[in-house]
Amino acid sequence: MLYKLSFKNIKKSFKDYAIYFFTLILGISIFYIFNSLDSQTVMMRVSSNTRDIIKLMNNMLSAVSVFVSFILGFLIIYASRFLIKRRSKEFGVYLTLGMSKRKVSKILLLETIFIGVISLFIGLVLGTLLSQLMSLLVANMFEADFTDFTFVFSTSAAVKTVIYFGVIYFIVMVFNVVSISKCKLIDLIRNGKKTETLKLKNPIVSTLIFILSCVDLGVAYYLVTGGVSILDDVRMIFVPIVMGIVGTFFLFWSLSGLLIRLFKSLKGVYFKELNSFTLKQISSRVNTTVMSMSIICLMLFVTICVLSSALSLKNSITANLKVLVPMDIQFYKDLDIVSEFDDPTVLDSHLSIKETLGNFDFDVDRYLTDVFEFNTYASSDVKVKDTLGDYYEKAKSLYPRLIYDVNESFMKLSDYNKLAEYFNLEKLTLSDDEYVLVADFDGWAGIRNEALKIGTKINLFGKEYKPKYSEYVNGFIYMSPNHINTGYFVVPDDALDESARETAILIANYKALSKEDKQSVEDVINGFSSNPYINNTNLKANSKIACYDNSIGLGAMVTFIGLYLGIIFLISSAAILALKELSESTDNKERYKVIRKLGADEKLINKSLFRQIGIFFLFPLLVAIVHSVFGIIFCNYVLENIGNEKLLVSIVMTSVFLVFIYGGYFVITYLYSKNIIRE
Amino acid sequence: METVLKLDNVEKYYGNKSSLTKAIDNISFEVKKQEFVAIMGASGSGKTTLLNVISTIDKVTSGHIYVKDQDITKLKGNDLNKFRREELGFIFQDFNLLDTLTSYENIALALSIQSVGAKEIDARVKKVSKDLDVSGVLNKYPYQMSGGQKQRVAAARAIITNPSLVLADEPTGALDSKSAKMLLERFNYLNTELMSTILMVTHDAFTASYASRVIFIKDGRIFSELIKGNLSRKEFFDKIIDVVTLLGGDLNDAL
Repeated sequence: MLYKLSFKNIKKSFKDYAIYFFTLILGISIFYIFNSLDSQTVMMRVSSNTRDIIKLMNNMLSAVSVFVSFILGFLIIYASRFLIKRRSKEFGVYLTLGMSKRKVSKILLLETIFIGVISLFIGLVLGTLLSQLMSLLVANMFEADFTDFTFVFSTSAAVKTVIYFGVIYFIVMVFNVVSISKCKLIDLIRNGKKTETLKLKNPIVSTLIFILSCVDLGVAYYLVTGGVSILDDVRMIFVPIVMGIVGTFFLFWSLSGLLIRLFKSLKGVYFKELNSFTLKQISSRVNTTVMSMSIICLMLFVTICVLSSALSLKNSITANLKVLVPMDIQFYKDLDIVSEFDDPTVLDSHLSIKETLGNFDFDVDRYLTDVFEFNTYASSDVKVKDTLGDYYEKAKSLYPRLIYDVNESFMKLSDYNKLAEYFNLEKLTLSDDEYVLVADFDGWAGIRNEALKIGTKINLFGKEYKPKYSEYVNGFIYMSPNHINTGYFVVPDDALDESARETAILIANYKALSKEDKQSVEDVINGFSSNPYINNTNLKANSKIACYDNSIGLGAMVTFIGLYLGIIFLISSAAILALKELSESTDNKERYKVIRKLGADEKLINKSLFRQIGIFFLFPLLVAIVHSVFGIIFCNYVLENIGNEKLLVSIVMTSVFLVFIYGGYFVITYLYSKNIIRE
Repeated sequence: METVLKLDNVEKYYGNKSSLTKAIDNISFEVKKQEFVAIMGASGSGKTTLLNVISTIDKVTSGHIYVKDQDITKLKGNDLNKFRREELGFIFQDFNLLDTLTSYENIALALSIQSVGAKEIDARVKKVSKDLDVSGVLNKYPYQMSGGQKQRVAAARAIITNPSLVLADEPTGALDSKSAKMLLERFNYLNTELMSTILMVTHDAFTASYASRVIFIKDGRIFSELIKGNLSRKEFFDKIIDVVTLLGGDLNDAL
């Protein structure tokens, strides 16, 4: 009997449940997809290096899944409590008929189990299907060969999904039982009508708060863009974040009242068609939903930033690698180590890299081509503070955390020009008394530029050199996935003394054409680590293959985590909004009835409804988009390497996600609301 | 006098063939311009159904209803809405004011739906609120007003569009006797001074006594009809009570 009743209830209230159900299924399938990435990558042929990163990625995704399950858990609890409220009258009837609270709880329990089982089943089926598409993306991300398609079903991910959601559903059940046992019959029956006291806020206070919140947001925006250098401590990042949260809340708080006042003063607009009704509908809720609007706005903001940055990260990394890692391999080691002991490392530090490689029994001519070895130089007489000249004091006060007491590095002009040929850099020419600063790390280079601008001279082995250019020249010495060159001074060849040798560097390409052959050279070099000579040298290497594997893996990892969180956030905020709007439509049925009796056309009524729902979906989105513009600029700054055109692609992708998920929820909400008020 | 409303053998059935309920069983009558007609009957007599079919909220099973010679049983969709907003004014037992709007906005809404300009709306709202003695509460919300004030605001909303016919469904049902009296006096004023045609459904003899004609309904049929003529309100009230007594126990909730 109870069984039948609860089953019929679900069928009957499917309209109320549809959005809830839809959200559950989406949540479950996404949860499954990202937890099953593991088994999708098993089939791919990738290097062991990539394999390690995939393992790391899966661990990260598992950790993120815990966080995600919390978000989904809250969402599901919120939604189910909300549905119970909707049905309070029904429960009231059960109770007046003499059904015990235990029995009512049992009905709810059964319903939750029904919904849980059905949603899990559909969600897993959908997840399995979608994960096949996902494996295409995975293969693309890791640049793996995707030759043969295999249908993958991850039992472990499925079991994990069932367990996580099982726990969530269990908590939902507990909540339901508690809320039923706590409620009073009179509240259940009388839930329908409540007169709300509608009060417009004091306009002066609203205006003041509005201005304050705008200023607050403006400062927060400035802090993450133009004034980003003020945030020299990692902990400082919380300042604009907190300011943004507070500003958003008060913006919604003040703007609602102000906009309504503004529209009300425009009599021609206000008394046109159903505008007065529509506006009051909106305002009566903006007052009570400021909090949720702010939260939704912030969630959307995070979604947009995370999605657009994550999606562009991989592209920008790949593009960067092409420029920043032009050769197959780069060896480097410290030269002429000064030590009291004659240990083997000190001995090795007097050898050239070629000789060291010989000690590894590595045949340079057999494996390498385009070989070029050179040295960099340093003098304890020239430290960073010296090269900053008169700007030093100011730099120290502006950026007290930077270290100014380290030796600067120098390069011979001829060496640099040869390196420039291999690295596709700009070649330089110098007069006898000139130097050029080569750098590509924006943060440092900016400080350097200040010193160059004032023509700071440097004194090297008793001779003065002046800067040729008033700003640094873009270039790098070490291959790395990122711009990390804080500055090398290129000087005329005779300016440097061999006694000041600092580091030996050797760059080369592998004598191999195919990917496999290159990998086998790489393997030989990787074999150094098991060679006994490894303890006698401080030789290090940057290889292209390792750089690519690491960076691409890292990029893919960030992208997947970003996608995962972004989509979950998006679904959560859209679902909350949708549920709120649907309940609002149900509560306002009577009002629409009155309007219909007054003779308003369906078209007018629908227009009013569309505007109400539209504004509630659009308002937080608009504010979130404005936030995001600055958020993305900041992400760009932090990640330092997203090209603009790449960013455009990812913003378009983000918009597609937004339109499909957020827009989808909006359309469904509108259509359902239309049905509700027509009843 | 011009006929505003004409019912022609109207019937309304509920249910199916096995258990048929005749809510309205072949009713015909006319309402002339500037008449104030009350329809009386016990609960379940069919008076609310009658009002619903006249107001096009419900459909008739057979028969015709003419408002100003237009057969409203044939109207559909947006023509229905157009008819409702241009020819009818509604007053309900529970006021049906929108609680989010002030009195002024509630009254104005009826005009804004008809796309009347803001300036004209203002002039007409001010005028009608004076007629119904609600000028003092124009900026108040429904929850800040008494029942009588609310009902007069609702009446203002009903007549501001100059409808051919004002339909009132138990307008005094939720009011105390003093507010009820005040409202009905306003109805009389609207009827005599502003030439409004009013059709009111009630089961209260006192309320009905303000009308110029009373039609009694029992079990979906017209049972009797009284015309006030030159009688005083008190005399008319006594006559109504006589009919109510005649109707027997069925209308014993009349007083």
